[in-house]
Amino acid sequence: MGNKQTTFTDEQLEAFQDCTFFTRKEILRLHGRYRELAPHLVPLDYTNNPDIRVPPTLIVTMPEFKENPFRDRIVETFSEDGNGNLSFNDFVDMFSALCETSPRELKTIYAFKIYDFNRDNFICKEDLKKTLNKLTKGELTPEEVTLVCNKSMEEADLDGDSKLSFSDFENMVSKAPDFLSNFHVRI
Amino acid sequence: MEIDVASDSGSEGRFVCFSLSLLLNQVYSFTFCGLYYYEARRRFRKVRAKPQRKFKPVSDQEDDEDDEEDEAPRKRVRKKKVKPRDSDEEEDNQSVKRKSSKAPRKKAKEESEEESEEEREKRRKRGTDLSKKKKEDQNKEKKGNVKGKPNKNMGGDHDKKKKSGKLSSSSSASSISGEESLSEGEIAALKEQVEEKKKLIATLRNKPWRMKKRLVLLKDAQGFVETFEGALGKGKGKKLYAFKVLMTKILMGLPYGSIPRKTVPREEQDTAMDFSVLIDFGVRKVAPCSNLHSFDAYLYQQGFCKYSFLFYGYYNNDRTIGVLKFRLPLSYLLVGVGIFGYSLMVVIRTMARNSNEGGDGGEEGEFTFSWKMFTSWDYLIGNPETADNKYASITTSFKESIVDEQENQKDENIHLRRFLRVLANFLITCTLGGSGYLIYFVVKRSQDFAKMQQEKLSWLEKNEVEFVMSLLGLVCPPLFETIAELENYHPRIALKWQLGRIFALFLGNLYTFLFALFDEVNEKLEKEKSIRNATIWNLQQYHANYSSYFNTTDVPPPNVSPADVIRGPCWENAVGIGFVKLVVSDIQVSYLTILVGDFLRAVIVRFLNYCWCWDLEAGFPSYGEFDISGNVLGLVFNQGMIWMGAFYAPGLVGVNILRLLSSMYYQCWAVMCCNVPHERVFKASRSNNFYMGLLLLVLFLSVLPVVYTIMTLSPSFDCGPFSGQDKMYDVVMETIEQDLPSFLANIFTYATNPGLILSAVLLMLLALYYLNAVSKGYQRANLDLKRKMKMARDEEKNRRNNKDSTNQVMKDLEDLLPNKCLIPPPIAEEPAPLDAVITKGSKSPKIKPGAAVKGVNLQKDVSLAAPNPRAAVTCAPRPRGGPPGNSRGPQPGPGRGRGQGRPPRRHEL
Repeated sequence: MGNKQTTFTDEQLEAFQDCTFFTRKEILRLHGRYRELAPHLVPLDYTNNPDIRVPPTLIVTMPEFKENPFRDRIVETFSEDGNGNLSFNDFVDMFSALCETSPRELKTIYAFKIYDFNRDNFICKEDLKKTLNKLTKGELTPEEVTLVCNKSMEEADLDGDSKLSFSDFENMVSKAPDFLSNFHVRI
Repeated sequence: MEIDVASDSGSEGRFVCFSLSLLLNQVYSFTFCGLYYYEARRRFRKVRAKPQRKFKPVSDQEDDEDDEEDEAPRKRVRKKKVKPRDSDEEEDNQSVKRKSSKAPRKKAKEESEEESEEEREKRRKRGTDLSKKKKEDQNKEKKGNVKGKPNKNMGGDHDKKKKSGKLSSSSSASSISGEESLSEGEIAALKEQVEEKKKLIATLRNKPWRMKKRLVLLKDAQGFVETFEGALGKGKGKKLYAFKVLMTKILMGLPYGSIPRKTVPREEQDTAMDFSVLIDFGVRKVAPCSNLHSFDAYLYQQGFCKYSFLFYGYYNNDRTIGVLKFRLPLSYLLVGVGIFGYSLMVVIRTMARNSNEGGDGGEEGEFTFSWKMFTSWDYLIGNPETADNKYASITTSFKESIVDEQENQKDENIHLRRFLRVLANFLITCTLGGSGYLIYFVVKRSQDFAKMQQEKLSWLEKNEVEFVMSLLGLVCPPLFETIAELENYHPRIALKWQLGRIFALFLGNLYTFLFALFDEVNEKLEKEKSIRNATIWNLQQYHANYSSYFNTTDVPPPNVSPADVIRGPCWENAVGIGFVKLVVSDIQVSYLTILVGDFLRAVIVRFLNYCWCWDLEAGFPSYGEFDISGNVLGLVFNQGMIWMGAFYAPGLVGVNILRLLSSMYYQCWAVMCCNVPHERVFKASRSNNFYMGLLLLVLFLSVLPVVYTIMTLSPSFDCGPFSGQDKMYDVVMETIEQDLPSFLANIFTYATNPGLILSAVLLMLLALYYLNAVSKGYQRANLDLKRKMKMARDEEKNRRNNKDSTNQVMKDLEDLLPNKCLIPPPIAEEPAPLDAVITKGSKSPKIKPGAAVKGVNLQKDVSLAAPNPRAAVTCAPRPRGGPPGNSRGPQPGPGRGRGQGRPPRRHEL
């Protein structure tokens, strides 16, 4: 941002730095990326915190999410209104939670939210099916899908209520070797 | 935090009443603001400017406070939800209202700022007010404070707590206004609060809250810290600045050419700087070359590098250098050994961290399907082609798992499989042995070659050792892979076997090489003795001649150019050269392999495919695969060579850094342009203790020979920092004796007593045994706990109907639902009478978790927490308060994050 115009006040930048895992430069870069999505919508000057939301259809075109099977869910999870419209705050929040330095606990919480398609704070079999179909692009037969869902439910569901609560999910993910390295978006 | 708790948990009526009295007492309070005179004045002005705001913001202010203490609102919200919430609408309304009030963020910010100030003031005023009104209360308060401190989280009876909280707030506020003498406890409490706020600021980014909420909280907390920290005389926080000790000079000792060991010998000087010779630094030359016209002659000279700082021989043995008395030999030894210690520490720490994170796959197989489901997608993927590959690989892996699962039931011809596995292992052992022998043979032969006329040897004969080693490294791994087909292991296990075998091959080769090198070293030591004797004899002759000729006893040292001095073979340099040659040839081979094996192959496959009889891309040669695990293994092995060689060739570290840097870019290019991803992706991440284990093993194995040489062989007499010593470690002894006070030397003598060392080793063994036993015990306990947990969960299901979810994480999860982060909490009710609770308790079982309408409502009913301690409600619920910091801070009391003050009645006296 070579412009002379200030995007954020120092105070705002510091607040963002305290609230996220980003440096000043990265926040400015994020703003640049955010603005790139909808240049006519997002002003350069953010010092007075305009209440602007970018619709999900634009967000998911970002190269970071373009190929992600869960892109819609990610955007929905991090948007405050639940429809995927992201304010700049939400936008920063999203990348902060997904960045490399954010801790496992935080990532686990957001991952749970993402995989919880129907937003009931449980991952039920329907959620599992949706996840699986998104992961395999629907190339498994229905029988296979059912088998896999049953199997994973069996593995992870500790209390036997045939849906995964957050603690079940946390328990399962905390032991996964690849979770941290995979649940991570670099901007 | 108690201040907030108190003001928050206060009922509406009380609050209004308080603010009234606050207003009345405003003037008084200002007169007392000694410490904060300026600030107070500022605020005073502000308040004056809009005195009517004072009352209106009561609710506003409450909001603000609520934001600050995330506990309170949630709990209240929850309480309200005891009656099943009709729908989200209500909530939405609230949030909309809220949004509209807060939407212009600037205004909101302003407000919050003002409010927090007002709030602070109020607190202060409240204090003065109270202190005036209730003298006797203060006694009580002190009691309460003293008592309340240790179990702040637990809290007392809520009524009581409110009071004591208020009082403490009053006292802390008054302490700031300087009105009364500060009791230490109050200061401590305040300090604690400040610390908590600070902690909150520091951990804010780890909380799963919406950004808006975070920003508001941050502002509050910062304001609080700034105000009160100053009052406590701490200033903006003390920061420790680490002082960097800078070496003023890098002391290498004398420059090149000043002493023999830093000078190229006369007969090699003509050719030492030729490029071919520079590369060929290692070849040992016996006779000076007479035929300078032949090209070969250049090749076999000794190069300049051999006498450069790359190698051991360059460094002198002066005890101290320069004004700073830099002890080069001592630091050489200590750095050499210290590197091993440091590496060991780093590797072990990484391994420990990995296993702490639980990522070492110790419980593999427990979550096969769920892990695949939830952790297999790599969120970094942004390339359509990669994404397609990933989809395919995930699908295959699911299918494989399904097949595995189905095959688990079947049993097969186990005898055939066993036979095949034994056969495969036999073949591989043969290969390993063969390669070891080959290397030994070649090294021996090269020693014979070294004694022959250099000019007669071909290039192949001179570089045979390195050539054969690289070739073995190239041919054997694919061979192993082919043999491993026989075994029919699960791919992941097969990969580990494969890696283990390659590793054995590398290591075996390296050690054979090393043993051969030791033979050579011993030979050199023999030769050195004779040269040394000859030198001494020469010197004596010179002395005798000189004194007889000039008839004087004052003999000056012989005037010989450093290049012409007779010198010993310097076995340390030979070892260093051996390793540098190995590393350099390794670099060459790996680069060539990439160029030919990947690039050329890719070019051929790509362009010959147009005119070939079968599909080259899909068929036989296809493109090269990028073998992640093999490459990681190569790195590990390379690191081992560096560890071994670095003591005798310090420059090797630099060479290796260059190699790693260049190979990173080179391989990156190769991967991007001519490789296809491995069919089966095996993560070779840092979090994999398998590789770290290999690294540890390599480290151990490379330390062994180096330490052996340091401890047993005597250094050469005329080269290296230890020349003249009997053993290398004598440098340390010498320093202890000469430079340290004598009592330290004594202590060292005692400490190195074999008896002491033996007992220390014994102690360590016992400790090892004990820790092992303890860890086994923990493992058992772990299993036990797991079982119990499962039981408890089952039990918990029966109690689900108890709504008051107390789990912090659960709350955060709920909070993340759209539009919920900033809902104004319902106004605190008056403490519910006991009978109300009873009705609640009796009503709740009717609401079944599963029967809840759907969607968002559902989670309100179900607790994620461990068995709810409130299952049996015996006391009145109180509007709970408690700032976020509190719930996470290291507060005493069990159940962190669980209902702030579970008020055990006995705590309240």
